[in-house]
Amino acid sequence: MGDTDRAARIAADPRYGALLQRRGRFTLGLTAVMLVAYFGFILLVAFDKALLARPIRSGGVTSLGIVLGFALILLAIALTGIYVRRANRDFDAAVAALVRDHRA
Amino acid sequence: MIRLVVTLLALSLPGIARADALTGPTVQQATNWTAIGMFAAFAALTLAITRWAARRTRTAADFYTAGGGITGFQNGLAIAGDFMSAASFLGISAQIFKDGFDGLIYSIGFLVGWPIILFLMAERVRNLGRYTFADVASFRFAQTPVRSFAAVSTLVVVLFYLIAQMVGAGQLIKLLFGLRYEYAVVIVGVLMTLYVLFGGMTATTWVQIIKAVLLLGSASFMAAMVLARYGFSPEAMFADAVAVKTMLATRAGETAAVAQAAGRSIMGPGNFIKDPVSALSFGMALMFGTAGLPHILMRFFTVPDAGAARSSVLWATGWIGYFYLLTFIIGFGAIVMVATDPRYLDGAGALIGGGNMAAIHLAHAVGGNLFLGFISAVAFATILAVVAGLTLSGASAVSHDLYATVVRKGQADSAAELRVSRRTVLVLAVAAIALGILFEKQNVAFMVSLAFAVAASGNFPVLLLSLLWRGATTRGLVAGGCLGLGLALVLTILSPAVWVAVLSHAEPVFPFSSPTIFSMPLAFLTIWLVSVTDRSARGIVDRSGYDAQRVRAETGIGADQASSH
Repeated sequence: MGDTDRAARIAADPRYGALLQRRGRFTLGLTAVMLVAYFGFILLVAFDKALLARPIRSGGVTSLGIVLGFALILLAIALTGIYVRRANRDFDAAVAALVRDHRA
Repeated sequence: MIRLVVTLLALSLPGIARADALTGPTVQQATNWTAIGMFAAFAALTLAITRWAARRTRTAADFYTAGGGITGFQNGLAIAGDFMSAASFLGISAQIFKDGFDGLIYSIGFLVGWPIILFLMAERVRNLGRYTFADVASFRFAQTPVRSFAAVSTLVVVLFYLIAQMVGAGQLIKLLFGLRYEYAVVIVGVLMTLYVLFGGMTATTWVQIIKAVLLLGSASFMAAMVLARYGFSPEAMFADAVAVKTMLATRAGETAAVAQAAGRSIMGPGNFIKDPVSALSFGMALMFGTAGLPHILMRFFTVPDAGAARSSVLWATGWIGYFYLLTFIIGFGAIVMVATDPRYLDGAGALIGGGNMAAIHLAHAVGGNLFLGFISAVAFATILAVVAGLTLSGASAVSHDLYATVVRKGQADSAAELRVSRRTVLVLAVAAIALGILFEKQNVAFMVSLAFAVAASGNFPVLLLSLLWRGATTRGLVAGGCLGLGLALVLTILSPAVWVAVLSHAEPVFPFSSPTIFSMPLAFLTIWLVSVTDRSARGIVDRSGYDAQRVRAETGIGADQASSH
């Protein structure tokens, strides 16, 4: 029963509630950015092919679609990087404190 | 040739109906001894690793998770190795070679599931589970029904994915190595069995890591060689590619205006995605299917803790994203270096060996015969790494979820569970070889898209709501999961990819190329509806277990530790 009791003590700690709220908001925001960017891109592919085919510079050939596509790949990598950085610095410390202060 | 092209494309490009007629046999090429020699070296190295791994594989935990001692960096590479298939390398670069921009749409779809896995699932999955994603999905629920669903769903995903890989492997190796189709399928089946049976997750992980390094290294080399011709200016490369496509269209007898439009068309979306519903549905299947693939989720149990699970996704996303950027350059490189070179073209101006040979010919163009053999061996290694991961995942669903938990009610010891795993590996391998040979002449284009649709419509909703929604109950999860799985299956059969292309009906019953836009939301809705109306005693237990589960998921207390050696 040690774990159950320990879980209940952690759940009752206000720092735990604050952590969930902080982490929840953060991950929800990042998830929303990824979803909007990706499905926005898919909708452009479905509805406005001409826009994506337009060159970014007059006289050039590199199209807006290629730039956006590459940007989306880099965005996916950047978002995971942003999450990991915040989790390593903030969330891990908060979790460690909770686990340390509520021993089994 | 068309058959192979379509099969391989479809392997890598789930969700899109390839309704093209599949006719014409694959042409067996002359036996390629350089490639066979290099592949033999890879096989020898990986078998030596398997021998080393076999000595470290004693318990069920060693077998399923390599003892949980893989680092985040290693796991990230292994995930990338598990996920980047030969078909996606050859298929996507071939699509780019043919249509330009359209290939990028696939690449992006394959990548964007990873951040979602990281934000919503990876750490919680690591904290709650031991060997399979069913551990997580059934954590606070009645074990038998939820695990049975998860195991069946895992087996469906694994089996379809495996058949598609085996058929693709047979075709590809016939083409690259000049070996008979049956030999190729048997070699893949036997090597995969040796890795998994004796080396378990340890050997599988290292095969995936080596393959990832080889694939990333050779793709980097090819992309660098292509870009170097243009002073590392993508704009100059794209301009040349447009000029090549324009010239080819002119040569084919088009007027100047039409030819110019044809050249420009590779810079924007073509007719690859026809209707908006299919576009969205396909996008959903790729993104959320990735987050429900059992052999991918299983990789999170090989690391010691949630922090390592987190960093493995960062590494995996980085490597996979980098790989798709390279693939794009390689596709364009093939346009500028292969499409106009008579060495790689037949009399009619088509690629020798078929459309999927674009990257292979480019390998020859930038690195000569030696590098061509190397790339062929890498393609073979790539298939092995993917099928080994799939087989291990299928075996764990049978032994850990069905046998140890459902049949023996958690009373099976580690040795008995391990025995069942290994027998399942043998059964799966025999089935994969037999089905691979049986399906040689069949259109398997729908199989990977089906696997992604099932993962997105069955596994993903069940796993997500079991993790994040207090109100979920056993009854709701099983009802919604089964509905999602069933709908994905039935609608795929009724879609153009099977109903028209395989079963030869004139018109599809279900007109869209992917079922996911219907099956996934309906699965979520069913889980919600059945859960909120669930008045059973079990439902009360399920809901009341949420707080304890959440503390453990968020903090990792009580999480399974890495076993010591």
